[in-house]
Amino acid sequence: MVASRGNNRNPARIPALGLRAIALILLSIVVMYFDHRENHLDFIRRTVGAAVYPVQLVVDAPVRFWGWLGESTTSRNDLELELGRLKAERLLTNARLQRLTALEAENARLRALLDARNRVRDEVRVAEILAVDANPYEHNLVIGIGTRDGVYDGQAIVDANGVVGQVIKAGVTTAQAVLISDADHALPVEVNRNGLRTIAVGTGEIDRLDLPFLPNNADIRAGDLLVTSGLGGAFPAGYPVAIVNSVTRIPQEPFADVEATPAAALDQVREVMLIWSQPRNNEEQDRGGDRQ
Amino acid sequence: MSPDRASRRVPVVITFIVGLMLSVMPLPESVQAFRPDWLALLVIFWTLQLPRTWSVGSAWIIGIVLDVSYGTLLGQHALALCIVAFITTRFHLLMRVFPLSQLTMTVFSLLALYQFILFWINGVAGVTAPAATYWGPVIVGSAIWPFLHMFLSGVRYRAHSGG
Repeated sequence: MVASRGNNRNPARIPALGLRAIALILLSIVVMYFDHRENHLDFIRRTVGAAVYPVQLVVDAPVRFWGWLGESTTSRNDLELELGRLKAERLLTNARLQRLTALEAENARLRALLDARNRVRDEVRVAEILAVDANPYEHNLVIGIGTRDGVYDGQAIVDANGVVGQVIKAGVTTAQAVLISDADHALPVEVNRNGLRTIAVGTGEIDRLDLPFLPNNADIRAGDLLVTSGLGGAFPAGYPVAIVNSVTRIPQEPFADVEATPAAALDQVREVMLIWSQPRNNEEQDRGGDRQ
Repeated sequence: MSPDRASRRVPVVITFIVGLMLSVMPLPESVQAFRPDWLALLVIFWTLQLPRTWSVGSAWIIGIVLDVSYGTLLGQHALALCIVAFITTRFHLLMRVFPLSQLTMTVFSLLALYQFILFWINGVAGVTAPAATYWGPVIVGSAIWPFLHMFLSGVRYRAHSGG
């Protein structure tokens, strides 16, 4: 053992140790009480936090340096790849768009021939997501527009890739919405390939929908695109909902076990689009009628 | 005497800063539960060695810093460290003559007490924390204690012999 500092080895007792300890323990309890009940102690957190910040910086430095290194060495390659991908995608989209114009015109002509009502072009508005419910059993979110902008209960919400959910409580400036993956949510869909109608039920998992009501002999297979059928009344027809990723047919069971992955990135969206599928003044117009 | 005393504190303060870094260093989720309580170990060592300089007061301040870094209830780690420092200071003469194996067992009990106080405060405050993480830091902490003891004794020797 080292014996350079004699006074620390002095067997005399530490003065007022018990008293100091009890005072500090009481102080801890008081501080904890106030920190737990109210947020009066934020300034302590801020002050001490500022003092400890350099330590955090030093600790995070290797991680950030590694990230920066990775970014700066691979990003050029990645960017080139992404540029190529985007160019190809744009070409494809343009080609589709050209066809779409022609198809729209043709559709209008055919509808005129059938003497059907012209399908109303959906009106769309972008809304920002303000908050996401942290409760893991409910998939709710809050969006930044409300009844002031014409939002109504049951209104459909989509993103660039597909259906996200629907409004359940429209406030004046905000609205609460439920995602299609919520365990309490179900929506009528049809298989895009053959028009087979069924219902997609949320599972409570953000990346999975169930199709529980399909018989074993139903014509459905992995990779099928499910779109809204418009028959439930809430969602306009024709928006992509999910892609079937597995079909399990169990011989004894009456229904097949079909799972699908939502087309919209439900846990990644920041902006969503609200759809007014009929003119805002006459909501009682038919919804599925134009499909027959 | 005064500047001399101050300069003697510097190495100890540096060990505490390094301990704080090790405590907040991001670790993979699987290893997280086995991160030893570095600052508790350091408080035990330094109150054992220099109980007049490092005692309940400094332990309390270190605990507050730890609470802020972890975002836990303000005073939680402070209370736990304060009690650990009090026991160590109270029995430092006894513990100093322990052989290292016996001292390690004592450190094990002190770490278990430390974790228990944290756990108990969590329970009272209604913060749900998994109970499975209770023993990981205690076991790993006592396992590294002999090595930490040797290393810090070296630091202390160097600091106090004019290094």
